[in-house]
Amino acid sequence: MSDAALIALPLLVPLIGLLLIVASGRVDSLRDGITVATAVAMFTAVLQLLPKVSAGERPRLELFELFPGLGITFEIEPLGMVFAMLASGLWIITALYAIGYMRGAKEKHHTRFHAFFAVALFSATGIAFAGNMFTLFVFYEVLTLSTYPLVAHKGTDAARAGARTYLGLLLGTSVGFLLMAILATWWLAGTLDFTPGGIMAGRVDPAYGSVLLVLFLYGIGKAALMPFHRWLPAAMVAPTPVSALLHAVAVVKAGVFTVLKVTVYLFGLDYLGELATSEVMLYVAVFTLLAASLVALRQDNLKARLAYSTVSQLSYIVVGAMLVNQIAALGGGIHIVMHAFGKITLFFCAGAIYVATKKTEISDMDGLGRRMPITFAAFFLGALCVIGIPPMGGVWSKWHLIMGAFEAGYGLVVVALMISTLLNIGYLIPPVIRAFLVAPKDGGGGIREAPLLCVLPLSLTALGCIALFFLGDNLAGLLAGMFSVAPAR
Amino acid sequence: MLEQLPALQVAITLTAAPVVMMLGRASRLAWVLTTLSCWASFAVALLLFNQVADGSVISYEMGGWAPPWGIEYSIDAANAWVLVIIGLISALVMPFARRSVEQEISESRIALFYSAFLLANAGLIGITLTADAFNIFVFFEISALASYALIAMGQDRRAVLSAYQYLIMGTVGTTFLLIGIGFLYIMTGTLNLGDLAARLPEVSDTRTIRAAFGFIAVGISLKLALFPLHLWLPNAYTYAPSMVTVFLSATATKVAIYVLLRFVYGVFGFEFSFVELSMAWLLMPLALLGIVVPSLVAVFQTNVKRLLAYSSVAQVGYMILGISFASVLGLTASILHLFNHAITKAALFMAVGCLVYRLGGVSLTQLAGAGQRMPWTMGAFVVAGLSLIGIPLTAGFVTKWHLLQAALEGGLWPIAVLLLGTSLLAALYIWKVVEAAYFQEPEDSTEVVHEAPLGLLLPTLLLTASTVVFGVFGSFTVQSARTAAAALMGGVP
Repeated sequence: MSDAALIALPLLVPLIGLLLIVASGRVDSLRDGITVATAVAMFTAVLQLLPKVSAGERPRLELFELFPGLGITFEIEPLGMVFAMLASGLWIITALYAIGYMRGAKEKHHTRFHAFFAVALFSATGIAFAGNMFTLFVFYEVLTLSTYPLVAHKGTDAARAGARTYLGLLLGTSVGFLLMAILATWWLAGTLDFTPGGIMAGRVDPAYGSVLLVLFLYGIGKAALMPFHRWLPAAMVAPTPVSALLHAVAVVKAGVFTVLKVTVYLFGLDYLGELATSEVMLYVAVFTLLAASLVALRQDNLKARLAYSTVSQLSYIVVGAMLVNQIAALGGGIHIVMHAFGKITLFFCAGAIYVATKKTEISDMDGLGRRMPITFAAFFLGALCVIGIPPMGGVWSKWHLIMGAFEAGYGLVVVALMISTLLNIGYLIPPVIRAFLVAPKDGGGGIREAPLLCVLPLSLTALGCIALFFLGDNLAGLLAGMFSVAPAR
Repeated sequence: MLEQLPALQVAITLTAAPVVMMLGRASRLAWVLTTLSCWASFAVALLLFNQVADGSVISYEMGGWAPPWGIEYSIDAANAWVLVIIGLISALVMPFARRSVEQEISESRIALFYSAFLLANAGLIGITLTADAFNIFVFFEISALASYALIAMGQDRRAVLSAYQYLIMGTVGTTFLLIGIGFLYIMTGTLNLGDLAARLPEVSDTRTIRAAFGFIAVGISLKLALFPLHLWLPNAYTYAPSMVTVFLSATATKVAIYVLLRFVYGVFGFEFSFVELSMAWLLMPLALLGIVVPSLVAVFQTNVKRLLAYSSVAQVGYMILGISFASVLGLTASILHLFNHAITKAALFMAVGCLVYRLGGVSLTQLAGAGQRMPWTMGAFVVAGLSLIGIPLTAGFVTKWHLLQAALEGGLWPIAVLLLGTSLLAALYIWKVVEAAYFQEPEDSTEVVHEAPLGLLLPTLLLTASTVVFGVFGSFTVQSARTAAAALMGGVP
C-alpha cells in the first residue's frame, strides 16, 4: 500500500465504525460487536505503519492546504507511532470492558457512548499522526469536543457541572494560550512543521521563545499542569471506561504527547536549554508532581485518588521534557506507555468494583479482596507499574527519568522523583492492603467478581504491565528514532 | 459586449426594478424576473472579477463621455471582489425569498417589495462600481431609500420605527458624505476619484481638506455602523423581513466599508490618512470597543435575530481593526473578512429565516426543541456559528488567523490576546442558542413542527457548506484578498 493509504486507513476506520455503530444502534449485540471489530481493525491498520517507521522512514500525507504554507498534513514519526498503537490497542480492551461495564452498571444511551468513543479515537490518531502543529491543534480541539458528551454522559446535574469545568478549562486554555502560541510561532518562525531538531533555533529570539514555552505548556491543558489541572478530577463523573481509556490514556496522553512533540520537534532540545523559562517550567512540573500526589493521599473516593495520581504522573513526562536531554525525553516517551497500562488497569479495577458492589469510597472496600481476588490482584500489579517497581514496565521510565535528571545535574529533581515514588506507594498500596488484610465490616456477603467482560480486560492490561518490563528495550529503541534526523524526502 | 459589462452590471437590476414594480399583482412573475436579473447580475460580476483578478484595472466611460466631464466606472481587484459578494448573496437569497416573502409580505405588496430590493441592489452595485465621488453619494441614496422601504415592510409594527431610525441616521451619514465631497470639489475642481487622488497632495495641508476627510470618514462610519454610530443597526436587522436581513447584513455594511477603504487609501492616500492624520489611532480604539461592547451585549440578548445583529456590529469592528493596522496584511484580513463574514452571517440569518418561517419567531424560548424538530436548519446554524466564532476549518478561522498575524506583525500582541478572548465571547452567545435549541424541551411537545421547506433550506445549506469550503480551501480567497489589498494600497508598503 502507498504511504497515503497506510496513513489514511487508521483515520478512516474509526469514522466508518462510527457510521456503522450509529446505523446498528437499535440492535445492542450487533452494535457492540461492531465497536470491538472497529477497534481491532483500527489497531491492525495502525500496525501496518510500524515496519516502515522502525526502519527509519517517515510516511507523509499532505491532505490539503488552507492557505499557502498552512495545511492539514500527517507525518508518522516514532513518538506518534507509539501513541497511536497505544491508544488503538487499548481501545480493543476498553471496548470489551465498556460493553461489560455499561451493561453491568445499567448505564443508558449505549449507542451515543460508543459513537463518541470512536470519534475520540479518531481525533487521538489525528493528534498522533499530525505533521504540523496546526493539524495537531485541529484534532486536539475535536478530541475535547467529542469527549464532552462522554463526560456529561449520565446527564445529572453533577455530570453536567463536571463536564462544564472540563470543557471550559480545556477550551479556554487551548484558545487563550495554545492558539496564541501557535500564531506567534507561525509569525516568528514562518512554519509550523514538526522538524527533528526544532524550527525555532536561529529564527526566534530566546526572549520570545521563553514566553512561547510558557504559553505552550499551559495552553496544552490536557497535560494538566497546575493550576490548570481541575478538569481532570472533574471529568471523573464520566462512566469508568471513559476515565480508563480517555483520562488515563487517550486525552491526557494526547496532552503530554503534545508537550513532547512541541519540545522535541518545534523547540528542539538544544534551543530549549537556552530558554530562561525551561527551568521555571521544570519546577512547576516538579511542584505539580508532588502536590498532586499529596492531594491524592487525602482522597477517599477511589476514582478521585486515581485522577490526582494521573495529574502527578503526567508531570513526570513534562519533567522529562523540561530536563532538556535525550535520556529524560526518552523517559517521558516511555512513561506515556507504562503509565497508560498501569493506570488503565487501576481504572478498570475501580469500575469492576463499582459494577460488582456499587462502592466508590476506599474506606468501604475493607475485605473486598477476598471476594474479588482477581480484580484486586490486578489492582496490585497496576499499582506496582505506576510506582515503578520491577518486574513492571514502569521501572524503565523512572530509570530513564532519573538518569536524565542526573545527566542534567538536577539533584533536586532526583530527590523529588524519589519522594514521589514513596508517595505513590502511600496512596496506591493501602487500598490493596485494606482489601486483602482488613476484615470486612458487614461480612461482605453476596459480593462476587464483576462480569467476565470486566474482569478479562483488567487481567490483560495487568499482564501487559509485566510484559512491558521485558519489552522496555524495544520500546526505547523505537522511540530513540525521534532524535535522528529524517532521511531526505 | 464584454467591454460593456461595467454598464450592464448596474443596468440589469436598475432597469428591472421599474418593470417588476409594474407587474402589480403578478407576484410570482415579479419573483421570477427579480431572480433572473439577480443571477444575470451575478454572472456579470463573475466575468468582471475574472478580468481583473490578475491585478489589472478596467476603466469604462459612461455614455462615452471622457472623465472628468463624464462619469467613469473603474473596476479593480478590490471592488470586483465586493461585486462578487453582492452578486453571490443576492443570487442565493432569491430562491430563499420566494416562500419567505410570500409568508411575511402581503400579496399586493410583493411586486413593490421586489422592486425596492432591486433598487437597493442596484444602488449597492453602483456605489461599488463608480469612480465618481458625487455618483457614490447618489447611489448611496438610492440604496438607502430602497432599504428604508424594505425594512419598513417587516411584519412587526416596530419595523416602521426602526426604518425611521435608520432613515434619520442614514441621512445624516450621507449628508456628511456630501458635505465632504463638496469640500473636495471646491478645493480641487474635480469629482473623479483618480483625479482627486492626483490633485489632493497640492492642497492637502489645508483645513478644508482635513474637514472634508472628517466629514467623509464620519459619514461613512455611520453607514457601516462603526461603534458608537451603530445604533440604527440592531433594530433594523431585527424587525426587517427575513430576506432583507440576510441581504443587508451580508452586503450593505460591506459596501460602506469598501467606500471607506477607497477614500482612505485610494483618494486621500496612505500618507495623508495614516501618517499625517494618524487615523489608526482613532480607528483602533473604536474598533476594539466595537468588538468588545456589542459582543458583550449580544451575550445577553434573548432574540436570536437581535443577538446576531449585535454580533454584526462586532464583526464590523474586526474589519475596521484590520484597516487600523495600516499594513498590507491587516488590509488583507479586512478584505477577506468582507467575504467570509458575508457568507457566514448570511447563512446564519437564513437559518434564522427558516426558523421564523416554521416557529413564527426566534426568541430563545420559541427555539426550545428546534434541534430535534428542524435538524437541518439547526445543523446549518451550528456550522455557520462555528465559522462566526472562528473555529479551524471554517471561513471565519481564515480571517481570524490573518487578523491575528497582522496584530502580531504590528507588535500589538495585547490586541491578539483580546481577539482570542472575544472569540470566546462569540462561542458563548452561539452556545446560548445551541443550548436553547438542543437541550430544552418545547413547551407544547404535542405540536408538530416540520423542517423548513426545501426552497428555504437549500440556499441555507449551500451557504453553510460554503463557509466550510472556504475554510478548508482558503487559498483562493486569501489570494484574491491580497490582490485587492495591493490594488487599494497602490504600491504603498
